[in-house]
Amino acid sequence: MELKENSGWSINEMAQKAAQDIHDGAYVNLGIGIPELVADYIPEGREVIYHTENGLLGMGKVTEKGSEDYELVNAGKKYVTAIPGASYFHHADSFAMIRGGHIDICVLGAYQVSEEGDIANWSTGDPNDVPAVGGAMDLVAGVKTIYVITQHCTKSGEPKIVRQCTYPLTGKKVVNKIYTNYAVIDVTEDGLVVKELAPGITFEFLQQNTGAPLLLKQ
Amino acid sequence: MINKVVSTVSEAVADIFDGATIHIGGFGEAGSPVELIHALIDLGSRNLTIVSNNAGSGNVGLAALIENRQVKKIICSFPRTAISVVFPELYRRGEIELELVPQGTLAERIRAGGAGIPAFYTPASVNTPLAEGKETRVFNGKTYVLEHALKADFALVKCHAADKYGNLVYNKTARNFGPVMCTAAETTIVQARKIVEVGQIDPECVITPGIFVKRVVEVSKPADESILVAEKRRYPWN
Repeated sequence: MELKENSGWSINEMAQKAAQDIHDGAYVNLGIGIPELVADYIPEGREVIYHTENGLLGMGKVTEKGSEDYELVNAGKKYVTAIPGASYFHHADSFAMIRGGHIDICVLGAYQVSEEGDIANWSTGDPNDVPAVGGAMDLVAGVKTIYVITQHCTKSGEPKIVRQCTYPLTGKKVVNKIYTNYAVIDVTEDGLVVKELAPGITFEFLQQNTGAPLLLKQ
Repeated sequence: MINKVVSTVSEAVADIFDGATIHIGGFGEAGSPVELIHALIDLGSRNLTIVSNNAGSGNVGLAALIENRQVKKIICSFPRTAISVVFPELYRRGEIELELVPQGTLAERIRAGGAGIPAFYTPASVNTPLAEGKETRVFNGKTYVLEHALKADFALVKCHAADKYGNLVYNKTARNFGPVMCTAAETTIVQARKIVEVGQIDPECVITPGIFVKRVVEVSKPADESILVAEKRRYPWN
């Protein structure tokens, strides 16, 4: 089935969809890449505090070129700023916030998500890759609500939402909601429930491009 | 009389022996004790096990220590970056050992090591390859994996200011692993941007109390690792 031009959501529109589901007063950790865009789309009137696991609560915007501080970085090692009211702390305290259930929402990218909410986002299992995990496993195990933001399919067209992940897992039964360029999908006890379809995307098309059965929101 | 100040980085690291396990602070370049690492390269101790979040960038600091073939094994959460070349190459050739640990587990293993806790259960990595072969236990219906404390012979840490008692304050996100690493080594060696008189650090603001620190050395203008990497510098200096 061919897609019409202008079908689906852009990366920015995906970030905007996720941003709408972040409540006022939330403590949020944003993963590296597309998840970082979410901060630009928080609806007016909501105050959100960003946590970065290398030891800062109250992360501000990326630093303007020329005023970088080499000792003020985010988890992706980008130079960032701190907002008034921010705090610094060591790594064990930072992961106490994560594992202790103090962070409300984490937005992550993924290689694969399963119908039960398993996520694979740290390794493709390729023996030539140097394995690296960072804080991903702690985040999915500890943060109350996990949102995944990702293209619906890989560059070669394979579904990224599958019955069972084939890549090494980051965590099992942890994802709550998935935002793709085609749809917003809830991971529920009953299975994957489509909450919203992007413009030009039909349920049939979505199902054909998804590796697990989908339910339509009643 | 207590005076933990030593005058040079080479004096500070002089007793690091072959086969030592060393905590090295830093999250990427932020907080990396580059001058202490370079002194360790000059000293030449070998067969080291390094505990650090990353595995270095370019050909300076931690990457240079690895390139100098002084490191047998690295225990870390994220051994590659866009500009790391040394570790990935040796790893692919099977010439360096890697123990990959989730970042929060790494921090907590070090914290436990310093706090006299031999092991603990964590939910991170359950049902993943990083928990394979490890003991698990169910608490309140949820599975946790047993992780062991991580102590070291030495810790190399960078801070902002120190006094002769070894009280430390850090700078922004350069704090990262420093405070927990200071607690979890037999000998903690700290490079400080400045050494201040006792009493100048407000006791309410001390981040690492001096009891955890053995030696401090002033390095008033520490190198910015990313500038060295951008200039393609190598240590020993090219």
